[in-house]
Amino acid sequence: MTAFTAPIADLKVALFATCFNDTMWPETPKAVVRLLERLGCRVEFPSAQTCCGQMMTNTGYAGEAVPLVRHFVDVFEDYDAVVAPSGSCVGSVRDQHPMIAHLAGDPGLASEVEGVRPKVYELSEFLVDVLGVTDVGAYFPHRVTYHPTCHSLRMLRVGDRPLQLLRAVEGIDLVELPGAEECCGFGGTFAMKNADVSVAMGTDKAAHVVETDAEVLVAGDNSCLAHIGGILGRQRTGIRTMHLAEILASTKEHPTW
Amino acid sequence: MVTQPVQQTSPTFVGMPKFPVAAREALANTQQRTNLHNATHTIREKRAAVVGEVDDWEALRVAGAEAKDEALHHLGDYLEQLEESLTARGATVHWARDAAEANRIVIDIARAKEVDEVVKVKSMATQEIELNEALEEAGIHAWETDLAELIVQLFGDRPSHILVPAIHRNRTEIRDVFLRQMGEFGRPAPADLTDDPARLAEAARLHLREKFLRAKVAVSGANFAIADTGTLVVVESEGNGRMCLTLPETLISVVGIEKVLPTWDDLSPMLQLLPRSSTGERMNPYTTMWSGVHDGDGPQEVHVILLDNGRTHVLADSVGRQALRCIRCSACLNVCPVYERTGGHAYGSVYPGPIGAVLNPQLRGTASEVDQSLPYASSLCGACFDACPVRINIPELLVELRGTVAEQGGHRAESAAMKAAAWVLSDPRRLAVAQRGATTAGRLIGKRTIRKVPGLGAWTDARDVPTPPKETFRQWWAREHGDGTTTQRAADPGGRADGIPTSNDGTEPGGER
Amino acid sequence: MSAREEILARVRSATADVTTEKRPVARSGSGSVPSQQPDRAISRETLELFAENVADYRATVVRVPAEQVAATVVEQLRAAGLGSVVVPTGLDAGWTAALDGAFDVLPESDATSAQTLDGIDAVVTGSAVGIATTGTIVLDHAPDQGRRELTLVPDTHVCVIGQDQVVHDVPEAVSLLRTPEGAQRALTWISGPSATSDIELQRVEGVHGPRTLIVVLVDEGARADVTAG
Repeated sequence: MTAFTAPIADLKVALFATCFNDTMWPETPKAVVRLLERLGCRVEFPSAQTCCGQMMTNTGYAGEAVPLVRHFVDVFEDYDAVVAPSGSCVGSVRDQHPMIAHLAGDPGLASEVEGVRPKVYELSEFLVDVLGVTDVGAYFPHRVTYHPTCHSLRMLRVGDRPLQLLRAVEGIDLVELPGAEECCGFGGTFAMKNADVSVAMGTDKAAHVVETDAEVLVAGDNSCLAHIGGILGRQRTGIRTMHLAEILASTKEHPTW
Repeated sequence: MVTQPVQQTSPTFVGMPKFPVAAREALANTQQRTNLHNATHTIREKRAAVVGEVDDWEALRVAGAEAKDEALHHLGDYLEQLEESLTARGATVHWARDAAEANRIVIDIARAKEVDEVVKVKSMATQEIELNEALEEAGIHAWETDLAELIVQLFGDRPSHILVPAIHRNRTEIRDVFLRQMGEFGRPAPADLTDDPARLAEAARLHLREKFLRAKVAVSGANFAIADTGTLVVVESEGNGRMCLTLPETLISVVGIEKVLPTWDDLSPMLQLLPRSSTGERMNPYTTMWSGVHDGDGPQEVHVILLDNGRTHVLADSVGRQALRCIRCSACLNVCPVYERTGGHAYGSVYPGPIGAVLNPQLRGTASEVDQSLPYASSLCGACFDACPVRINIPELLVELRGTVAEQGGHRAESAAMKAAAWVLSDPRRLAVAQRGATTAGRLIGKRTIRKVPGLGAWTDARDVPTPPKETFRQWWAREHGDGTTTQRAADPGGRADGIPTSNDGTEPGGER
Repeated sequence: MSAREEILARVRSATADVTTEKRPVARSGSGSVPSQQPDRAISRETLELFAENVADYRATVVRVPAEQVAATVVEQLRAAGLGSVVVPTGLDAGWTAALDGAFDVLPESDATSAQTLDGIDAVVTGSAVGIATTGTIVLDHAPDQGRRELTLVPDTHVCVIGQDQVVHDVPEAVSLLRTPEGAQRALTWISGPSATSDIELQRVEGVHGPRTLIVVLVDEGARADVTAG
């Protein structure tokens, strides 16, 4: 990770909203903007941004992802840091973009990827490692349980950073999720191609969430939350799902729930 | 030009349905699911505890991977060295291009010894080539002597796990099959047999002992074959391995060519990695190492069959060849959330679980339905890579193999959809246009919950669908910040400093999911 | 083309892209750990760890000074109510003599078949190396340990190991066990009694190998304990 010595306000920070959040869950990137501004960052949203290409790569169409990787480096290469509220998409940038550049047989692209890749942070990494904060001044007086999504946990190794951030939230009643490190069963197209297994995994995850008596399930990836939340909703559990950013952005004056 | 042919799918697995179909059937077997859940969770905890004891497990994993890579990268040299060392120590070395050739060699040796039975040590290679079936056809009984293999054999079942092939059976089922079947093949189980595992093990001990004492020929595999000393290594727990490797006059070992280790010292990482990863023990109860014929001790006629059967096909792929590092510990099965729910049979091979999902399509190619579906039998959660003692990056291989399958064509609709998605996503204007569909739907649906969407049954059968928002982030940003890209206060007098929109932006805080 | 030539050709063509050099031929002889010397210092902790880990497999561990080994072996076999015992040709003459008076002793040379051994209750042997971190005893089937079947067929194995034979970890053991020149010896690595976890992954001690393992650890520290006690 890059260590910055410049004052936070001088950092040129880009928000990579991710195409899924942009389209389906705009409250999450909005929450990131609010949160980072509150912490003194100047955030930009380069509007030319689109997608990291993970869906194509993971479905077997890495070739189709080449123009997306090229586009990604073009959009983001001039920033000091790129923040994304998605462990999965950051994992794709860090772990898969080099492979795709290699596949494209384009050494120029490969070196551009190497330039951008280390500057791309998942939200909790950016807060804890770059800004050096764990108490972001949030207020969220609810019972919450946290699901560490697989790509945050095993690709990015964010460790307990999200929990450090959540523990510092005023008013929160944070409860441990049993079997937290087990996959929820979303897995991108896995959720459709192997729907039965995906639902079996998600049902077990949902049962653990219910066990905690939490009002809110929080995670760093909205796609996993959509899957678990879809099951929690179908079961009429009344448990709501929220992205980590939305809880961290919540304040007494402007509660997100 | 030399080509590396793929393995022929063995008769048992020809025509296997694709993974999702077999998985659906397995998921409906609640007894099996309970058995698998209990077993995999037990072994996970044991493994984690003994791995945690090791000072630098990661360094050990790297050493293990390096030893195997060294052997694989220079396999030709090491195979020749192995052959030379074995021959110098009195063993006879055979080479088998495929299953049929390996089976024929075993049958010929057994016939030359004029036996009608052999005892067997649990071996993945001999399962892969379906040696038992071939021997049976030649009129030679093959007695599996590992307890779990015996259970599987008595059931007329197929193994569902690399290490504990009867993991899908519970103790009561095992007692019943012992009572019903043991008498058919030898010493019957005692009539008052209970389902206490110790009593079941005792019954197996008595049933098999007469076979051990009588057998003239044994068949084994090997966990490792050391090139510089000509040593074969079998790692086991019960002592059935020692019985087979020690008592009979003739020993035949079927060894995949990827089992080679360059030197004796390479045993050092392997013997630390394997037991902790497989049974979750500091060391397995018994390991036997033999180097050809030992004068007056153990089998005096020793054969080693070096088996290709698709392995060179795997070796020819510079990324895929890492799968040949596999030491068959089954740690990846035990941590896999998919395997835990489907069990091993759905994978359509003797190699189930995450390693099977990458190994089978490489060994056998991707012509069959099941082999085409295996690379997708994973949520890419990465637990397998973390657990693998020789650092096989299974998620990476799965993604690569998905590419191979996609390139074959056949998924025309999907391929078209991906191309279209890539076209849309490579240009922000096209993305913005496409997003209008979502926000239009969002405005129409409002706050209602979506429970059914035509064509999305795979999702909506058990899951609600997230409701699209009325406005995308991009639209909100443009409205709040205009064309400027910064939230800097001076440049953005219209937006509030905290980024909270001043006017009703049309979406509910917290969003709708 | 023979199968051999064809497989080797396939292998060489499959690895034609490999650019890494083959590893230089490593260490000849017995590796980096010096072969056992009588004065090789063994730490107290290593010995404790060894005893603890062997016992953890539900093997019996008895620690005695050298002069009490014979009596201890006899005592252990008596306590188990066993009558017959097979002894390797090269077993310590003193131990063999002690056993001779107390049990029906079968010398290795008379144990001509596995069937004969199947009628014998126990075997008493020495050992080659002990490994502390794993609680493992390695037999290299030297004359004091006998042919492999001796320690396999009888249901009880009494194994005597000297404190100077215990090493800390697997790498040390692997180095020691490499035969410096000539053919490698057959080895049996034993970690507790025979066991299985094949039924619901519940560990059960005792399937085909000896179901009882008694380890007599020759421990000069035990002498101090005895005299002090």
